Amino acid sequence: MEQTAYTPANFKSNQSVRWCPGCGDHAILNTLHKAMATLGVPPHMTAVISGIGCSSRLPYYMNTYGFHTIHGRAAAIATGFKVANPQMTVWQISGDGDGLAIGGNHFIHAVRRNIDINMILFNNKIYGLTKGQYSPTSARGFVSKSSPYGTTEDPFIPAELVFGARGQFFARSIDVELQTSQEVLVAAARHKGASVVEILQNCVIFNNGIHNPITDKEVRADRTIHLRHGEKMLFGKDMDHGLVQDGFLLKAVKLGESGYTIDDVLVHDAHCQSNFLHQQLAMMDGETLPLAVGVIRDVEAVTYNDAVEAQVAEVRAKKGFTCLRDMILSGETWEVK
Amino acid sequence: MLEKTDVKTIDKVVVRFSGDSGDGMQLAGNIFTNVSAGVGNQVSTFPDYPAEIRAPQGSLSGVSGFQVSVGMNVHTPGDQCDVLIAMNPAALKQNVKFLKPGGIIIVDIDSFKESDLKKALFQTEDAFDELGINKDHVMMVPVTSMTKAALADSGMDNKGMLKCRNIFALGVVCWLFDRPLDQALKFIRNKFAKKPAIYEANAKVINAGYDYAHNIHASMPTYRIETRDPRPGVYTDINGNTATAWGLIMASEKAGRPLFLGSYPITPATDILHELAKRKDLGVKACQMEDEIAGVCSAIGAAYAGNLAATSTSGPGLALKSEGIGLAVIAELPLVIIDVQRGGPSTGLPTKTEQTDLMQALYGRNGESPIVVVAPASPTDCFKMAFEACRIAIEHMTPVILLSDAFIGNGSSAWRIPEADEYPEIKVKYVPEALKDTWQPYMRDEKDLARYWAIPGTENMMHRLGGLEKDSRTGAISTDPVNHEKMVGLRREKIERIATDIPALEVLCDADADTLLIGWGGTYGHLYSAAEELSAEGTPVAFAHFRYINPLPANTAEVISKYKRVIVAELNTGMFADFLQSKFPQKDIRRINKIQGQPFLVKEVVDGVRNIISE
Repeated sequence: MEQTAYTPANFKSNQSVRWCPGCGDHAILNTLHKAMATLGVPPHMTAVISGIGCSSRLPYYMNTYGFHTIHGRAAAIATGFKVANPQMTVWQISGDGDGLAIGGNHFIHAVRRNIDINMILFNNKIYGLTKGQYSPTSARGFVSKSSPYGTTEDPFIPAELVFGARGQFFARSIDVELQTSQEVLVAAARHKGASVVEILQNCVIFNNGIHNPITDKEVRADRTIHLRHGEKMLFGKDMDHGLVQDGFLLKAVKLGESGYTIDDVLVHDAHCQSNFLHQQLAMMDGETLPLAVGVIRDVEAVTYNDAVEAQVAEVRAKKGFTCLRDMILSGETWEVK
Repeated sequence: MLEKTDVKTIDKVVVRFSGDSGDGMQLAGNIFTNVSAGVGNQVSTFPDYPAEIRAPQGSLSGVSGFQVSVGMNVHTPGDQCDVLIAMNPAALKQNVKFLKPGGIIIVDIDSFKESDLKKALFQTEDAFDELGINKDHVMMVPVTSMTKAALADSGMDNKGMLKCRNIFALGVVCWLFDRPLDQALKFIRNKFAKKPAIYEANAKVINAGYDYAHNIHASMPTYRIETRDPRPGVYTDINGNTATAWGLIMASEKAGRPLFLGSYPITPATDILHELAKRKDLGVKACQMEDEIAGVCSAIGAAYAGNLAATSTSGPGLALKSEGIGLAVIAELPLVIIDVQRGGPSTGLPTKTEQTDLMQALYGRNGESPIVVVAPASPTDCFKMAFEACRIAIEHMTPVILLSDAFIGNGSSAWRIPEADEYPEIKVKYVPEALKDTWQPYMRDEKDLARYWAIPGTENMMHRLGGLEKDSRTGAISTDPVNHEKMVGLRREKIERIATDIPALEVLCDADADTLLIGWGGTYGHLYSAAEELSAEGTPVAFAHFRYINPLPANTAEVISKYKRVIVAELNTGMFADFLQSKFPQKDIRRINKIQGQPFLVKEVVDGVRNIISE
């Protein structure tokens, strides 16, 4: 960990953490404390804003400025906060229901606007706080209290939504992968603009093991790939598998088989302007192709808050008004004596 | 045609411009208003336009109107007009009911052909006979053909020439009321500053209209309006929505906090967003968000971040913002919510005026969530009350709803620009120095029970707010039953104590009468005129107008108890009357109500009061 003036303890509040024992949120909270210490932004210059749901309790456990708001609206509230007080580093905490169902509209518009906030999406594919209904990321046919015969609808894939909204930063991690989570959270904060980090999180009570087919220790090395900018796309227990281009698509190959060598394996370019390949990487689901973790896209673009500041400065300088009265007097007036 | 040529010196006249919604009637009316204000008249305007941007041309649903009263003692745009300009049969049909008996009608006779009459659903070939109009009062001007003739050498196409018809009509009206053409030309030049060819065309046409009217003046009575506003100062013409926007800016300057607006376009409130978007030149950050909810939520985020934050909307948008406003109630953040009321329910009458959001403003949230509600009385009062809404929000750490309406939001008046020191400093509730070591987020000023505003970015003031109930001392989440009841009480008491920080209710007109007429918000001008008229005609009436609705002014009970008869007149089915009745159950509160999407007519109020008195 890089040395800064802060330790994770500087970001912890005195409140006792009330998530269920074994909940994936504990691990994410700890990595967030660590990521903040690594970043070195002082607690008083940090704000954590959440919506409603289990994950949205998180601001209470931070020794920063924090706002636990209403269901679905965290992105809109964080947007106003950042525009109003752009010196602050702003984090937004949402679950899959909060961020993608009731708050779906604010989510895509925050991404589209490229407001400089860091949006962490805790994806456990279930509603936990309301005790077990399916969410907009639950798979078709998923059985829950509100879908006793299985759902009859397809889920969102968060990354697809981010790219659809022209997102410039998308990263993914898994709650148990502490190192990866910390790495992507730091990268998200350092990215100027809307950064979305999806963390696959396990709800131990209502959806225990939902990510197991990918995240189980036995299979994780073969079913996930850790992408790093500038590095070969290799995966597997022995790092002997790689991703290669196959026409317009991606293909997983074993090195040394069918004539594939390390030279055929793609090198990850997170900064590529085109999101074509990023989208393909983000859509890999861990079945035929490994699920991608790490920073998938990280492209600089003008942020909404910077553009607002710049426009205000430009127009102010051009008009040169000192106050409201000054502005009014420059318009159509007449004097009555 | 009329035979006599009279020069009347009257203290005010009402002119109504009407035509197709694409005919530029609002522009013609606006220029006439500005020119009148420029020569020292008081002005009050009432744009009456359809919800459709462009309904079928010449149809009844596409008629757009603009009424303006100019002269002395102008409190309203007038119940009925002295002069009606109708650019086509549909406009005539829709607007003739607004004409005073004996009033003058000016029509573009070129657009009264058979096909035009059919579009306006006339059954016969004579629109005037069909509507029972005495043709002696009609000035039939060939506006279209004369406009085209004036522009024959301009090289403009037919469509371009037709667009200048409104300015020809304006020229006629300018001659009629002795308005200086050079003033009108100045406004036209500004309007078309970037299109010199269009300016030239319109300059030609307004002269042509003026000359035409001059040439036929032998058959028209001429009005002359000579008045002066008594208060010295620098004036401008302002509508209520612009005044609201400027009031927020003034408050931002007086509080020393930057202004943020989160909004979403909605008729008739959008002009507030438009104006504040322009005011980036004063450092205002106005964000057009993705929906009404994001409008209020971004403002709540900005309020937490330390800005003077506002959101502007109309009734349906206020409904969408309810949950957000509840968050601002429990988080005890300063927030100003502007509701420019329109006809409801649902989409209702988007361009028409009503006072039907009062109950929504007072009670439209879940849980016990008391809030401050204030209502401006006139277009210019929007400035003052927007300032007041901000002052109360910031000094008492609470959301405040400003209940404007379509009538005063779109209506305009001459407004004296306040001097720099005319408005007080707003005292921001920063955490006092003495408390800095022991401060907790829900500590309160014992006097007014407001909590303090710790601005993010300040060292050692990190704190968490949220929608969950908080412990009254520490601000930590609390589900303790007794604590909840205590917090409900504190939030209510905080709002009630604001009664001591607002002006007392004034009694106007005949304070010694035994009948008290009560109004609130945008009906002030009409009710005041009605009370004056009643008193002048021997029916003494006292008049009290509420601009502070919740809490009510501290002397409300004292005022109301003095009168034998208390009558509330409002543009709904009796919401404020019900509210007062619940506070003063011993009084039998009587009502005068109108729910037609239109302002009161003074006569309706006068008759209503007389009927109640004569029972």
